[in-house]
Amino acid sequence: MSLFRGRRILAGTMAFVVAAALAACGSKTSDSTSGTGVSADVSGDTVKVGLLNSLSGTMAISEVTVRDSIMLAVEEINAAGGVLGKKIVPVGEDGASDWPTFAEKAEKLISEDRVAAVFGCWTSASRKAVKPVFEKNKALLFYPVQYEGLEQSPYIFYTGATTNQQIVPGLDYLKAQGKKSVYLVGSDYVFPRTANKIIKAYAKANGMTVLGEDYAPLGSTEFGTIVNKVKSAKADAVFNTLNGDSNVAFFKEYTSAGLNATSMPVVSVSIAEEEVKGIGTQYLKDQLTAWNYYQTTPGGANAKFVAAYKAKYGADKPTSDPMEAAYVAVYLWKEMVTKAGSFDVEKVRAAAGGITYEAPEGLVTVDGPTQHIAKTARIGKVGADGLITEVWNSGQPIKPDPYLKSYPWATGLS
Amino acid sequence: MTTVTGPATAADEPAAPAPPPPARRAGGRARAALGFAAGAALLFGAAPLVLSDFRLALLAKYLCVAMVAVGIGIAWGRGGMLTLGQGVFFGLGGYAMAMHLKLADAGPGALPDFMQLYGQLDELPWWWRPFASPWFALPATVLLPMVVAFGLGSLVFRRRVRGAYFAILSQALAAAMVILLVGQQGTTGGTNGLTDIQGFFGYDLDDPVNQRTVYFLIAAALLGLLALARQLIHSRYGELLVAVRDGEERVRFLGYDPATVKVVAYVVAAGMAGLAGALFVPAVGIISPALIGIVPSIEFVIGVAVGGRATLLGPVLGAVAVAWARTALSERFPGTWTYLQGLLFVLVVAFLPGGLASLWALRRTRRATPDRPPWWRRVPPARGGRTRTEVPAA
Repeated sequence: MSLFRGRRILAGTMAFVVAAALAACGSKTSDSTSGTGVSADVSGDTVKVGLLNSLSGTMAISEVTVRDSIMLAVEEINAAGGVLGKKIVPVGEDGASDWPTFAEKAEKLISEDRVAAVFGCWTSASRKAVKPVFEKNKALLFYPVQYEGLEQSPYIFYTGATTNQQIVPGLDYLKAQGKKSVYLVGSDYVFPRTANKIIKAYAKANGMTVLGEDYAPLGSTEFGTIVNKVKSAKADAVFNTLNGDSNVAFFKEYTSAGLNATSMPVVSVSIAEEEVKGIGTQYLKDQLTAWNYYQTTPGGANAKFVAAYKAKYGADKPTSDPMEAAYVAVYLWKEMVTKAGSFDVEKVRAAAGGITYEAPEGLVTVDGPTQHIAKTARIGKVGADGLITEVWNSGQPIKPDPYLKSYPWATGLS
Repeated sequence: MTTVTGPATAADEPAAPAPPPPARRAGGRARAALGFAAGAALLFGAAPLVLSDFRLALLAKYLCVAMVAVGIGIAWGRGGMLTLGQGVFFGLGGYAMAMHLKLADAGPGALPDFMQLYGQLDELPWWWRPFASPWFALPATVLLPMVVAFGLGSLVFRRRVRGAYFAILSQALAAAMVILLVGQQGTTGGTNGLTDIQGFFGYDLDDPVNQRTVYFLIAAALLGLLALARQLIHSRYGELLVAVRDGEERVRFLGYDPATVKVVAYVVAAGMAGLAGALFVPAVGIISPALIGIVPSIEFVIGVAVGGRATLLGPVLGAVAVAWARTALSERFPGTWTYLQGLLFVLVVAFLPGGLASLWALRRTRRATPDRPPWWRRVPPARGGRTRTEVPAA
């Protein structure tokens, strides 16, 4: 009897399940009216913004410093009266160095907290994960880290450098120094692989030879083989796109193999002041870096930024390029909102083009069509005190060109 | 029984020996069917009514993890194989589905967006081509993991590799798969994985109504897998599996081949993980190496351990509870949630070695023997209730 009853309950449940699943069918991909914008909640005398950084996991060490400088900018703006008369309320979320978590938290910030803009993400993978979320909800993300280019989302503002503002000037510098051959070392993920593709195209067009290309898994600390290969290749310079802890192991191995900045200089694009501290200046002395900002960059705006940062977080805390780009992002958003006279995303986007701001790195200008910003490229040299001093700069801000369209040698890259 | 859960699960039927159950289980069956109906009412009735679109999408994600957990419950809880590499099968299913959806988004003859950016390819790689057809891709989400698990399982279990050695081997597989995917950026999307998936068989995934449908699909699949798992556990094969776990040599001397028994459980678990990965893709819109490596593979197992690995519902409840706690804690305490999560695991392992499911059993035993000393003065009985479980040395 009860066996029978069990069957009947099961069958009923299944019928219900199928009916429920079939009843719910929405629009097809062919319908063009998809995408529902969630408007920010600005009804009170405050406006919320989202802060989306990794506070745990492998990326935390870098992303926490970005969070700190965003908080600094928010506090400064609030102290000066807020944006459009409204105080900014930051809502922090932890991306946990995990890309789907970034997407989940982005969705939460937009649809539950109804923030006016989100600041954050570091790795390209996390940006790629949240990009559809921002595009679907028509919400704004400010992304503050140099990256590999080849992207232009209508709902992302890129305040870090794209390739023609960091890697290409770095190569130009090496070429001007008479370096004829390079060796490429990088972590195994999207940024280094894409950067190296660009470097190889540049080298081919500019008469440089690439003597080798090696990748280590993210977080790897085994560099004996790679350094031996670099040494025996006898390249004029090394272009280093390693990220995080790997740099520590790489430069220790590099130094113990008898290589240094005079015998074979290394240009790094992911080593800023914070990382120099971690690696140790004795291993990095006189090595080169390519960025848009250093703690030592001259100018009143930077002096003020550095002083405010150290007053808030401690005198031993250095400031770095991504931190500065995040700080600038908050101010740029404020300028856009003020110009638009509204927090409405489409109005803010329309107002963005041509906005200038006297940033710690120098004057920056928002490029309307690409939503990147024009920045000055700066090559720096690591000093014995752990700070990086500029040895060369591009003289003026370089117009962003994420797809490298204005470089003939780069055709076919994108 | 699972045929009504839609085409995605239709291919999920492994060749499970399921002899007619003895008549004395009839009462249990009715109870199970009632529980099943209650679960369906909760997932299909209460959850969509109570939860916002965003929370429902999160629940869909948790349920995918729960599907993997059902499989681990069979392989580890019933079969004693500590599978620390389920991410591989989750990933195979997920990538198979995502590859098809990316190709469908791109349209016939066109390359997916990331290939144009990073790959500099002129045409689709040969191993992508079959995935353009849903008739290949959909069965592949489940069959591909099962085939890989069969190959691996046959090799490993015939050579009588077990315990910690098997756990390490399965974990190494997860690490290897991540390195492979990351290295082939041009054709796999590298660390980014496959992202920005727009449509699901012609339906726009941005539409909340379609997201809800995907949720229903996932909930139905989970219920289907639970029914399948129950059937398996209560069959003769299920008894044999427990016997192999508790005394592999004895089973061998009885004339059975323990390797075959284990391979079947491993293959079933892999198929379930593959289906979970395939449904995860439309629910979350991304599949990447970060989802299938060592850490997520261990997190799958943690959910099962927290819930109670040897029971049917324990793994599901544990997986959902752990995933939900992760979201809830990280939203409330963005800075310190990892410590709280760790504390939770420590508490469960220290005080509820049988998992959350043992709370129920605990209550029952206490009612039966009212003069039992309280738990803090009690010497713990054999782990996991009445059955002895094989815990490989860490």
